[in-house]
Order: sequence, then structure tokens, then C-alpha cells
Amino acid sequence: MKISAFHLMPHRELPDDFEKRYESVWVTPPWWELADARRVGQYYNWTLDELLYAARAGFDGVCTNEHHQNAYGFMPSPNLMGSVLAKATNGTDVAIVQMGATLPTSNPPIRVAEEYAMLDCISGGRLVAGLPLGSPMDVNFCYGITPMEHRERYREAFALTLKAWQARDIFAWNGRYFQLANVNLWPRPIQQPHPPVWVPGSGSISTFDFAVDNDVCYCFLSYSGAKAAKTMMQGYWKVVADKGRDPNPYRAGFLQLVAVAETDARAEEKYARHVEYFYHKCLHWPLEMLSPPGNQDYRSLVAAAKSNIRRAENPKDLRYRDFVEKGYVIAGSPATVRDRIREEVVKGLRVGNLMVLLQIGSMPHELTLENMDLFAREVLPHLRPLWDDEGWVNAWWPERLRGARQALGGVAAAVRA
Amino acid sequence: MSERTIAVWQGKIRMRVFSEGAGPALVYFHGPWGLAWDPFLDELARSFSVHAPEHPGTTPEAPDDVYHLDGLWDLVLCYDELLEALGLDEAVLVGHSFGGMVACELAAAQPRRARRLVLIDPIGFWRDADRIANWMMLDAARLREAIFHDPASPAARRMFGTADDPEAATAARVRLTWAMGATGKFIWPIPDKGLTKRIHRVKAPTLVVWGKEDRLVPPVYADEFIRRIAGARAQTVDGAGHAPHLEHPEKVARMVADFVGQARP
Repeated sequence: MKISAFHLMPHRELPDDFEKRYESVWVTPPWWELADARRVGQYYNWTLDELLYAARAGFDGVCTNEHHQNAYGFMPSPNLMGSVLAKATNGTDVAIVQMGATLPTSNPPIRVAEEYAMLDCISGGRLVAGLPLGSPMDVNFCYGITPMEHRERYREAFALTLKAWQARDIFAWNGRYFQLANVNLWPRPIQQPHPPVWVPGSGSISTFDFAVDNDVCYCFLSYSGAKAAKTMMQGYWKVVADKGRDPNPYRAGFLQLVAVAETDARAEEKYARHVEYFYHKCLHWPLEMLSPPGNQDYRSLVAAAKSNIRRAENPKDLRYRDFVEKGYVIAGSPATVRDRIREEVVKGLRVGNLMVLLQIGSMPHELTLENMDLFAREVLPHLRPLWDDEGWVNAWWPERLRGARQALGGVAAAVRA
Repeated sequence: MSERTIAVWQGKIRMRVFSEGAGPALVYFHGPWGLAWDPFLDELARSFSVHAPEHPGTTPEAPDDVYHLDGLWDLVLCYDELLEALGLDEAVLVGHSFGGMVACELAAAQPRRARRLVLIDPIGFWRDADRIANWMMLDAARLREAIFHDPASPAARRMFGTADDPEAATAARVRLTWAMGATGKFIWPIPDKGLTKRIHRVKAPTLVVWGKEDRLVPPVYADEFIRRIAGARAQTVDGAGHAPHLEHPEKVARMVADFVGQARP
């Protein structure tokens, strides 16, 4: 297994009545009413400190992602964060997992190829290159990309990115959306032929096809846990089989929210309000923002309309114990957490590249470090050997980091002290 | 009523066209919610030979055709080819909302095609102080209230379906969503695509009709058209929102006929 610490960089102090007073956490939350730049500077620094702590504590990778006009995660440029992380972790075997810079909103998209190449150079070849499609909120509503062109632009940008990293000769790109007469990337990545590519998705069949055809790691960045993802991931593995690829578990990535404490009861005491803050405030947006007309292709639209009769449960109706019971969050003692992750996520979904979200919603800095520390000491070592007995190669991990991590006994404790 | 499907754009865009009536040729450009042959078109067909094409992508069995168009210029040329295929050197061009913008663009690009121009709650301009609502981010209930002065009217029921027939309501939702996507391709994220630079080319006598209670595109936008098209005039319709021709078909059809000088039988 490879296990990475994921961070959203959320606003940790939204008002108690946020979800009643404002229509959305995304696109339209009013900055001047809700935030303060100095305080936000503190959030960014906490975020970096927390990810660096995770790196030192023994996690295999650190992940950042891109969102815009969004109080639940506001790293408009994940590569600025990744750059700090790459520099600060030099000399270690931690991967810099960018999950990542969004291609359709980068113009021209070779900007992402350039910045990722920089990160790979700075980090000494430790980059994992996430190439997300981007959400409709970010891409269509905040960055003005036409919904019907969103996927076409992504696919063209994806092909351009891969070619820009690898081409031996200067080439002209005469695309539908992008025209560049002299593509000649400076710098190129250290990793050859290119850094490992992860593509996040949310369950659409066309993305399964795309991921398998391009032989990338498909990542489901879920907030509703493994139970809700079961059918969807089975669909992914069926596409893998149908297209004649091997069932290598490292073809799949999954994001899981996790909260560890000394006992199950202590976990509830420590984390309940932060988990509820996350689901009630951080995921507060109108459903219409998820699929503006044209974003889904016609076939998907017809399929969704027919199955849409039963509406998904509303997280606002759920409380901490519901989230834990349903697996949205895996929380409890180390034994509870490692058993559930192993059975529900790793084995249940056949996942080799696990991402865990350990800073959840309003969770303060110190408590986040406690969560990371317990996870690193009591959970991670038990999960890491999973899949080793089957002998798969994680082709979607930087080659020089594929072996076992260096022994880091006691480092977490030392760092905290 | 007759219907035929005409292929333009090197055969890649298939557009179904409904035709009915006798008299001078009139082409109707529908709005962002697709085409349904409605009482307004019936009324027009009493005075005109009406041709109502479906916007690329909204013709059943051809949803993906719209991907062959990259922008507004492609779309305008498509319609020019369509009129050519219909054998119409000139016609009365009537357009609603998005279709109003398309009709106006066509009249600017090919002034000889437009004998008269009638724009019903058209888009095409943007004022920061009078924002046009983004109908592509409204849920069905809010959209219905935004389009219609009376969301319970027969016209609203025809567009959205009724709760007692869930299958028809699902089909209506798919049709409306796809039509908004296929038209939205040409106007996202702000429905001002440079008409202000081209509108001076319109030579046809022009009537601008606006629903007085339009909650999507404020009636003040009529001024933008009136002051840029020589001799254009505006009329408002009481008790109507963004689709006055659907809520008051007879009244708006009469405005069109009177404007063109076409006596009604």
C-alpha cells in the first residue's frame, strides 16, 4: 500500500449559522463577511505544517488539490503549496502528490506541464501528477469554461500535456481549443517517460474508459465512504477487466476521511463536531451547481434522469454517529480504524493508493497533529503491507520511491516534541 | 403541419424543421428550452408560411451534432445554409430569447435575408447594473417561476410536464436540460458575444417585444436594441414574463402580423 495525507485547506471557523445564512460554500460565499486575510494566512501555514508533519511521521505522500471561490478548500494553486512541500521534504522518500492542477482552467494547459516538471525537478523525481477534469463549480461557474466544452477541453489538454513532457522534438499543436506553434517544454520532468499520472473521477463511465484507455490510476475522491462507492468501484474494475488490463490494485486510488483516538468513545468526544461541521457547512451547495446543462453528455444525462427518482440522502440530516456508521468517516480507536479501512476500503474496493483526510472541517491544528500522529503510529504500519503478498508493482508511484519506506521509528514523537 | 430534417454544415448538422401555414415566409428561432409547436406558432400560421427549425443538437436522434460547431459564427452560417436549403432568400425572422439573439446575428451577418425582424425578450447585451439571470443554474421549480408570469399556466405545464405523469416529466427534464446545454454552448458564461459590434448591420425594420414582468432578462434591455437599430420600436406585454408569446400567443402573434402589415383572416 501507499498511504498519503490529503488536505483541503478549509476555512476552520465558519459561523454556526453559515448554512442557513448563505446559499453556498462554493462560488458565491462572500469573502468580506466570512474571512480575514491574516487569519487565512495562518490556515495556509497550518496546512503546510500539517502536511510536513505527516511527511515526517511516515506517510508515503502528501496531497493538495485545486478549488476556487470555495470556503471548504481554497488552494487556487496547489502547485504553490506543492512547491513548498517539495523543497521541505528534499532528502526524504515522500511523494508530492498533486491532485492536482486543473487542466481545463489553465491556459494554455502546458502551464500545468511546466509547473509539474518544475516540481519534479525540485523534488528530485518525487512527483505524482494528478490531472483532474475539475468540478463544474470551479471550471464552469468560477472560471467560465462552457459546460459543453469542459470534457473536450480536458481531453485535448491531457493529450497535449503528455506529449509536451515526452516529445524529443519541438512540435506544433494545432488543436481545437489550443494552438501552440512551438511546444518545447522547459524544464522536462526527471521521471521518464513522464511522472505517474492519477486521474480523479466521480463515477462516470466515460471517465472509467478514459482512465483505463490511458493506463492511469483512477482515483475516487469521495466524501461518502467506501459503502457508497462499492457499486461504482465494481464498475471501474469491470471496465479494467473488459479492456484486458490486469487487476493491479494500484490502478485505484481512494480518499477516505479518518479520525483516530484512544478509544471509539474518545473519538466521538474529540471529533464529532468537526465531522458535522464538514458535512453540514463545507459541503453546503445547491445540487444544480454539480451539473450545469451540457456538462454531462447526452447519454449520461438520460441515464441520470432515469435513475434520479431516488434522491441521494442529504448529509445535513445526518449526525456524527450516522457518518461513522455509514462509513463516510472511519473513526474510532486504532483497532477499529485499521480494521474498517482494511476491510471496507482496501479489500472492499481493491485500492492500492489510499489517501486519508485527517484534517476535517473545523479541526484545529493541535488536534489534527494528534490525529496524524495516532494514525501514523497505530494504523499506517498495519495497512502498509497489504497487497505485498500478491506482488503487484505500483507503476503509478515514483519509481525511486516504490520500495519500503526508511525506518522512521520515533520520528513522529520527536517531531512533536 | 409538415416536418422534414435538413442536413447542413457538410451534412454534419441535422436540423428538423416544422412548417405550417400560407403567406409570406416567416422563420421562428426558438429559445433556450427547445422547440415545441405551440399555440403561438398556430396563430402565426394563420398569416404566414411559418418555418420553425430546431437548434443544432435539439433534434431527436441527433444530440451530438452540436459538437460540430465551435462558436456563434459557425451557428450563424449554419442558419444561413438552412434558409438557403429552405429556398428562402428572405423571410420575416422571429426569435425568442436566445433565438432572438440568433435571429439578430443572422440579420446582421446577412441583411438581405431579413425582411422584418421581431425579437421577443432577446438576449445579446450585458449591463452590470441589470444582470441577466443564469437560467442554467436554477432548479426546475425556480426556472419555471423565472420564465413564466404564471407558473401554473398551460404554457408552463406544456414546457415542464406535470407531476401526475412522471415519465413525461423526466422526458421534459432531459429535453430542457439538453436544450439549455446546446444553446448555452454559444452564450456561457455571459450572454454578450459581441452583438454590439455587429448590430449596426441590421437593415430590417425591427419590432422588440418584451414581457413586462420578465425576471430573467430585464425589460430595460429593449433600449439596447432600439437605440442601435434604425427605426426599431418596442412593445411590452402585460401579465407576461420571459415568454410572452407562450403566455399570450394570440396577442403576440397579432403584434407580429400588425407589424409586418399582414392582415389576419
